[in-house]
Amino acid sequence: MDQSYIEPFIESTRNTFSTMFQTDVDVSPPEPCPPGGTGHDISGIIEMSGDVEGSVVLSFPIETARRVCSSIAGAEIGDDIESLSDAIGELVSMIAGGAKARFEGKLVSISCPSIVIGGQDDVRGPSGEGGILLPCTCDCGEFGVQVRIRQGAPVSDAAGGAIAG
Amino acid sequence: MKTLLIDDSKTMRTIQRSILSQMGHTEIEEAVDGLDALSKVGGVSPDLLLVDWNMPNMDGLTFVKEYRAKGGSSPIIMVTTESEKSRVIEAIKAGVNNYVIKPFTPDVLSQRIEETMSKVAA
Repeated sequence: MDQSYIEPFIESTRNTFSTMFQTDVDVSPPEPCPPGGTGHDISGIIEMSGDVEGSVVLSFPIETARRVCSSIAGAEIGDDIESLSDAIGELVSMIAGGAKARFEGKLVSISCPSIVIGGQDDVRGPSGEGGILLPCTCDCGEFGVQVRIRQGAPVSDAAGGAIAG
Repeated sequence: MKTLLIDDSKTMRTIQRSILSQMGHTEIEEAVDGLDALSKVGGVSPDLLLVDWNMPNMDGLTFVKEYRAKGGSSPIIMVTTESEKSRVIEAIKAGVNNYVIKPFTPDVLSQRIEETMSKVAA
């Protein structure tokens, strides 16, 4: 995977957390996505298409997810999976949206988020490519951002870069 | 002031509702996507609309175009993760009055709302 795609996700993750609930995020050195995924309990997934294509997965252990989502929502979320899913979907949209805006000169569309519960965050990249995991830590605990993207098809084959969703 | 919040995320609608309430605006209605908003906007007659871009069923840009085509004239603020210049221009051309990029702080959204309503009142 082109390493130049990684820094935008680091910057966007930090910006999203610091803006939404004034929390700094420490990002450890990127590493290959572990086979079988991170095993985290709940994940938000965004698909990218256009000049860059692939997927972004934001995944949390359940306790971290509760703390993060309660902070964003401004109220205790507890075991309300629907509210957790909604907040994580919004977070991964912001991270993906912020990253794609940092891809200079590229027109990229993002999907609406989908949510996976139960540790199944082993999303395959384009053509089965491996991806990069950004191990992250904030006041609420550890979480991960998995990025599996590559340059998209030429513009003439990419539906004119039309936006999805 | 009556506001219609159009966003598929309940979390985001809650955040926006909280900011509006802190500004003293408590007449707030919600819609979960563009289609839902089109069905509600006639009955609500909002003074302001906050519209997300990426939503299922009908996205925010399509909603804005249809609302304007039907004669809807209330000010619209697009609140979205779409931050590329080309997207902003596309939204303005469709009839959006102002633009807020997610993530945002409460201060930024408050300022945009005040700015937008002041321009309308002028």
